[in-house]
Amino acid sequence: MTDVTHFRDEKTGLLLASDGTPLKTKLRQSLKTSRRRAFMLVAPLLLFIMASFVIPILGLLWQGVSNATYEDSMPRSAPIMRAWDGSSPPSEEMAAAIVADMIDARKAKTIGKVATRVNREESGTRSLFTKTARRAAKMEAPFVAALEKADKDWANIETWRAIKIAATSLTPAFYAAAVDMKYTADGEFVEQSEERQIYVSLFVKTILVAGGVMLCCLLLGYPVAYLMAHLPAKTSNMLMILVLLPFWTSLLVRTTAWIAMLQAQGVLNDLFVFIGITSDDARFSLIYNMTGTVIAMTHILLPFMILPLYSVMRSIPISHVRAAKSLGATNWTAFWRVYFPATVPGIGAGGLLVFILAIGYYITPALVGGQDGQLISNFIAYHMQRSLNWSLAAALGGILLAIVLFLYWLYDRVVGIDNMKLG
Amino acid sequence: MSSLPNYTTTGQRIWHYTFLTICALIFVFLITPILIIVPLSFNVEPYFSFTEGMLSFDKEAYSLRWYEDILNNGMADSSQPKSWAMFWDWLWKALSPFHTATPGFFTDMWENAQWVRAMKNSFFIGFFATIIAVALGTLAAIGLSRSEMPYRGPIMSVLISPLIVPLVVTAAGMFYFYSQDLNPRSWLLGMESENPWILAQTYLGVILAHAALGTPFVIITVTATLVGFDKSLVRAGASLGAGPAKTFWKIQMPLILPGVISGGLFAFITSFDEVVAVLFLAGPEHRTIPRQMYSGIREQISPTILAVATILVIISILLLVVLELIRRRGERLRGITAT
Repeated sequence: MTDVTHFRDEKTGLLLASDGTPLKTKLRQSLKTSRRRAFMLVAPLLLFIMASFVIPILGLLWQGVSNATYEDSMPRSAPIMRAWDGSSPPSEEMAAAIVADMIDARKAKTIGKVATRVNREESGTRSLFTKTARRAAKMEAPFVAALEKADKDWANIETWRAIKIAATSLTPAFYAAAVDMKYTADGEFVEQSEERQIYVSLFVKTILVAGGVMLCCLLLGYPVAYLMAHLPAKTSNMLMILVLLPFWTSLLVRTTAWIAMLQAQGVLNDLFVFIGITSDDARFSLIYNMTGTVIAMTHILLPFMILPLYSVMRSIPISHVRAAKSLGATNWTAFWRVYFPATVPGIGAGGLLVFILAIGYYITPALVGGQDGQLISNFIAYHMQRSLNWSLAAALGGILLAIVLFLYWLYDRVVGIDNMKLG
Repeated sequence: MSSLPNYTTTGQRIWHYTFLTICALIFVFLITPILIIVPLSFNVEPYFSFTEGMLSFDKEAYSLRWYEDILNNGMADSSQPKSWAMFWDWLWKALSPFHTATPGFFTDMWENAQWVRAMKNSFFIGFFATIIAVALGTLAAIGLSRSEMPYRGPIMSVLISPLIVPLVVTAAGMFYFYSQDLNPRSWLLGMESENPWILAQTYLGVILAHAALGTPFVIITVTATLVGFDKSLVRAGASLGAGPAKTFWKIQMPLILPGVISGGLFAFITSFDEVVAVLFLAGPEHRTIPRQMYSGIREQISPTILAVATILVIISILLLVVLELIRRRGERLRGITAT
């Protein structure tokens, strides 16, 4: 007994470790060490993902609200233009600053970028800018008159209002443009003109396509998963190979394969003509349109639906359905009231995964989508690579990312990321 | 399911066979497109469709010309003499430490043929991306599966997110970020550096991007194997005097190896199959196989793509077999009898 009392603090009665510190403190210390150890194991990857993935995406999102093209190249006029109220006639100070900036920007060869930036706010101002900049060096005060003499568009207040928007680096203009709105110099949001409203309907279309693909995957995946879950393991393993082979085959290979299958002179159309469903000169156009996109995407994403469904169905005891039937349920009732509800977690997991992957799809629509099969990702890529409107691309990407992250959060709540399984 | 009991009614029988037919059709949908490209790649004509001759199994209608085209396309002079003997000779000399490969058909092919270069790029990028993903991902998975790991949930969601975030968004962000000067001299000290570190249009940029995209797979597979891992084995090793490094390599690693390997395979195939990041980040000389296929489909559709696709299908079948073997080994080791 004396041994035990030796490790007990006499005043407080707390247990002590061999070095005299209370056991609780000691335990806390050792927990802290092991916590730090665990974290140190994760830290390298966390740092890597932060540096190579999270920060680039945050940088992209920042681009969506901030575009300093004008401010960087035209530093004198930018603050003056921002301070302007947007309705009074352009002042001499504004004109002088713009002319001085134009001379510098032309020397630095950045005037083209500035002109493009202003042009996004008011079309037609691109040539106005480059043209005026060529003459700027020879201009003399009064500058307002000199600008108007160079081009009559400078008399138009809309030109100046466009510059005011472009001069503000931190701007909601691009997010507004991404939802078919226009941000005006007065700080208001107005609807874009009818023929320029494309993005909202594009988002809706993308969501509908993703939903359609998800539904197709569910309709095709459910019977297959059911069959595999109820066959003897040996047969179902064989069938599993048929599911996994497409899963492991390159995306490009599968897209190519669908081109070979679906094109006008393709295998499927040849077959239709041979059977007599259609005549040789009235072949179906199955590809380079929405139909092709949906078929190819369904094929590519189907394994992502089958695998979670299969693993859920395999864990459902067959006795449940038997019990229902023995209590008098018909086949349909037993399925619909007993079996189907038990598979809902699998449907949720597979459906969300397919939807998340489908909504950001790029390659397949780009290759087999043709004109009307393009989705939001394709427009983001277009603005990144062709029109070079990075800020609009960033704003569109930001909205897409928000939708996906919401679904990801939902997936985590419903399924749990820990339960994500592969193959 | 497979055999029906005697008491089934006619209606049940009809339903049963209808169901089997539907399933068979879905399997046809899954597998036909992949199988159809194999015969099409032997087409003698430059089309994506079956010719009359192919359907009547005319020997003349089949050829290996598109497979030759894989090797020849882009060569300076593909009409140079070639033979197996010359190939072995070239290979022997190229592999020798002195790299004394003589100029000729095979050197030209190795240096210039577009698909050969794409293949070299794909393996190079895939190899290093996999190494990074496996090394960092395995460590992280071990940390994440410890019960005392702080902020487990949020960190896990961040680490898995490369799998979820649309590739276009990822690639656009990386393109923008990697196009900037990352030399600390410029962004920390604000100095104009003489040697800017720009990762866009370099191998390193693509490798880092692919590594980031591959890590979620490693984490998922390794975490899955760690679920059944008995921690007392590590403690037993430690109590017998092994240090942390020794317990890791001698006890933990061999047991989680199946997960690590299949995670590595996933990471490799992700990189090998990835095209969006390559489209955004790579220059013309870093083109990978999928990138080459992408422009092939967009620009000139030639059955060469089908020949490449056939080879890729064979590679994926091999990978599938390897993965299945690993899975069986894992089950055996953990005492789950294979059925």
